[in-house]
Amino acid sequence: MTITVIEPKPVPFVAAVVAAAGAFCGLFVGTAQGNSLLGVFAGAAITAALAVVFLTVFRQEKAARWITTLGTAAIGFAFGGAMGGLIGLAFGWFFGWFIFWLGEGRYRSKLPPYTTSLQVFYHFLFRVICGMIFFFLITPIVVVMPLSFNAEDFFTFTPEMLRLDPEGYSLKHYRDFFTNDDWQQAMWNSISIAPIATLLSVSFGTLAAIGLSSEHVPFRRPIMAILISPMIVPLIISAAGMYFFYSRLGLQGTFWGVVLAHAALGIPFVIITVTATLVGFDRSLTRAAANMGADPVTTFFRVQMPLILPGVISGGLFAFITSFDEVVVVLFVGSAGQKTLPWQMFTGLREQISPTILAVATILVAISICLLTTVELLRRRSERLRGMSPG
Amino acid sequence: MSDTTDTGPVLAADGTPLKRSLNRALRRQKLRALGLIAPLLIFVLVTFIAPIADMLFRSVENQIVSNTLPGTVQQLESWDSTSGEAPGEAVYEALYYDMFLASEAKEHTRLGTRLNYEETGVSSLFRSSGRSVDDIGEDYIDALEDLNEVWEDESFWYTLMSGGEDAAKNRGLLEEERDRLASLTSDNFGGNIGFVPGQEISDLLPNTARAYTSFALFTVVADEDVVAEEEPWEAVKIALVQDLKRGVDLSGYSGFGADELRAAQDMLAEQPDIAFKEAFLEMDEDWAATDNWRTIQVYSPPFTTGYFLNAIDMQKGVDGPEARPENQQIYIMLFKRTLFMSLVITGSCILLAYPVAYLLSNLPMRTANLLMILVLLPFWTSLLVRTSAWKVMLQQQGVINDTLVWLGLVDDAGRLIMINNQFGTIVAMTHILLPFMILPMYSVMSTIPPSYVRAARSLGATNWTSFWRVYFPQSVPGIGAGSILVFILAIGYYITPEIVGGTTGTFISNRIAYHISSSLNWGLAAALGSILLAAVLILYWAYDKIVGIDNVKLG
Repeated sequence: MTITVIEPKPVPFVAAVVAAAGAFCGLFVGTAQGNSLLGVFAGAAITAALAVVFLTVFRQEKAARWITTLGTAAIGFAFGGAMGGLIGLAFGWFFGWFIFWLGEGRYRSKLPPYTTSLQVFYHFLFRVICGMIFFFLITPIVVVMPLSFNAEDFFTFTPEMLRLDPEGYSLKHYRDFFTNDDWQQAMWNSISIAPIATLLSVSFGTLAAIGLSSEHVPFRRPIMAILISPMIVPLIISAAGMYFFYSRLGLQGTFWGVVLAHAALGIPFVIITVTATLVGFDRSLTRAAANMGADPVTTFFRVQMPLILPGVISGGLFAFITSFDEVVVVLFVGSAGQKTLPWQMFTGLREQISPTILAVATILVAISICLLTTVELLRRRSERLRGMSPG
Repeated sequence: MSDTTDTGPVLAADGTPLKRSLNRALRRQKLRALGLIAPLLIFVLVTFIAPIADMLFRSVENQIVSNTLPGTVQQLESWDSTSGEAPGEAVYEALYYDMFLASEAKEHTRLGTRLNYEETGVSSLFRSSGRSVDDIGEDYIDALEDLNEVWEDESFWYTLMSGGEDAAKNRGLLEEERDRLASLTSDNFGGNIGFVPGQEISDLLPNTARAYTSFALFTVVADEDVVAEEEPWEAVKIALVQDLKRGVDLSGYSGFGADELRAAQDMLAEQPDIAFKEAFLEMDEDWAATDNWRTIQVYSPPFTTGYFLNAIDMQKGVDGPEARPENQQIYIMLFKRTLFMSLVITGSCILLAYPVAYLLSNLPMRTANLLMILVLLPFWTSLLVRTSAWKVMLQQQGVINDTLVWLGLVDDAGRLIMINNQFGTIVAMTHILLPFMILPMYSVMSTIPPSYVRAARSLGATNWTSFWRVYFPQSVPGIGAGSILVFILAIGYYITPEIVGGTTGTFISNRIAYHISSSLNWGLAAALGSILLAAVLILYWAYDKIVGIDNVKLG
């Protein structure tokens, strides 16, 4: 299959690159031990030496990698305890792999054979930059999780936590969340508002999406523009308008006021996902059903609904998360009785900073991972179904 | 087909012309589609579009002045604000009646607060005047009551003003006052109050009848008392004094209380006129300030551009709109800052999203899907979680500062201030909005055939040329779609700037929220919101033209 020639690279080149990486890692290790400059030089020297030894004298990849990994882990443990051991393990594994990956020339295996060295360099530079952007995307969310197990009331890592000392960790913020009345009240409000709002927007939205996707709809564009507008209009403006208008109707500060507002905000998501699913829907199926004597209601529930269900469900999940996450509108339309989870977090962040917020955040991340997985599975299923239907 | 002799139109199975039959089917289809859309459309119109329209209405609505001080506004029309002199006696007299009623209904402070947005000091002026307005003309009331005790008698007043059981009634006046009180207090003043002013007495003593009618309405509806059992307000008696002093001809009046009225008129003829202006100036000398009067006059029409002028740092001056004093100009600056920061955020989103989208669209499907999770997870994570995460990261005792100190890049005393300023807002919002840029870019880039770049390469283009001249132009629609989306979302953001923005990193939306919940200047909030909405709608229209709203993709 591959036509790229993979051949070992000259040792000095490999040693130099590895030494640069080693110097970079050495900077961190050195700083942690109190001497950055020594760390840089030691890191460069040790890794370069390893590269030379492995590529010339001891060219047995498996054994060499095991030795490096375990060796650095042991050294790390000796200097910095459990955490040091872990870091050492990671460094050792990385360098063991890196030396052979470079030295055997394996890094070129997925590139076309005609790429010049400079192009190879750019290729990997680009990947590193992308890696850093992914790091930027994911770090804030990942950092919150361990912090939520903090035994202290701090928003930052304590030395005990860094040493992986069990005493530095506790579940007390979670306990606070599950026992504190304010948080429990907020959670129940969120749980009761979001499903009703979702139900409203899904039932209205699905019907409208079916209407919108039929062939001859007058004023399709303006209607679509109105239905999508809750997603486009800045939340603060929606909130202000709803606050003024709902107070005229006596809905401001009531449960139903918040539900109606959230349903309106969720509608665009349902419309978008369901119309997207309907694009792939084969109309001859409904015609066939009608031909065989089914009335429109039966056709809808027995033929059309099962096929577009994945789209409807993922639209519903979007609507649910919109309501579950929403804070601006509920701040204005709701009153203290409708305090939702995001509202409680918002006041918590603005006024008294309590690490319970981080525990809640971790729980919410877990929920969003579940929702994300569901939506992804549904999307794939829907794509499969679309592939199945003829035409 | 040779045996077809009929040359008429083609017929459908049931005998109607096919064309008509098809048209009917089409019409039915259209109706069915509209019928399916209608419930949602009505729902959105009621729960979402109507509130927005209400907000737009509020940004120009200004009925409070003419509702609270109707008589004063009417009298003020003839006053020339450029004369440099306070208005005449008639205005102060009208102000007395209006103020009296407003302070009974406790609405004068609301008007004071409203006018205070335009002219500082009006609020306290109204509040203090509302307290002491019923002291005006005390001496005259005392004199009246010393003359004859019936002027303190509630049933005498009632009979006098109603003109007796079977007298002709003036229902018009009652309805007029009903409307006036309703618009003053926004309560319902309907229903039977057990009093209708007599026609003869209201022709004879118009001011007194008017004042007594509003007293009667207020007593019954707001205080839930019986009119005939309550002594009238001071304002009613002052109105009587004024009516009598104006030289009403009582010689033809023979109804109830004619003698008492004549005696009172004779007594009052010897007294000097009531000096309303003097009394108001004594209460608060700010009533002589032409600026205050000018403000009342300028803001008396039911609709005003005042809020919009205020929203762009201007005010209504003597001759047309003028700029506000330098130290009060904040909104233009805030709009500029919102615009600038949204642009910076959009720019940094483009910079960060482009490589990622490129990588994702060029990787094998399986790897790309795995990496996509790293983009979608932040997208699905609660906004507040991400904002609190950035608070954890950026604060002075936060993760980034701790790491930098540990690395020795900054010393402990010199920890970087990265939060509660523009930097914090930009970083956090770039992170929050990045998925909205990556997803549209990705969907455009994955449709670009890789063969084009390869062809360019084989024709001798360098890496840079093949990217810049071949790949990049094809990816521009993705950049456009993502940029408009991110810009629209950024320009109206509220939560993140509120939490990590401090004072220098806040947006116009924070100011809107402030005016709704803290300063209660709803009109100004609505005007600021309308301007922001206009900006967003223009962008929305552009987005629709360029990308098409049908093409919005989620996840």
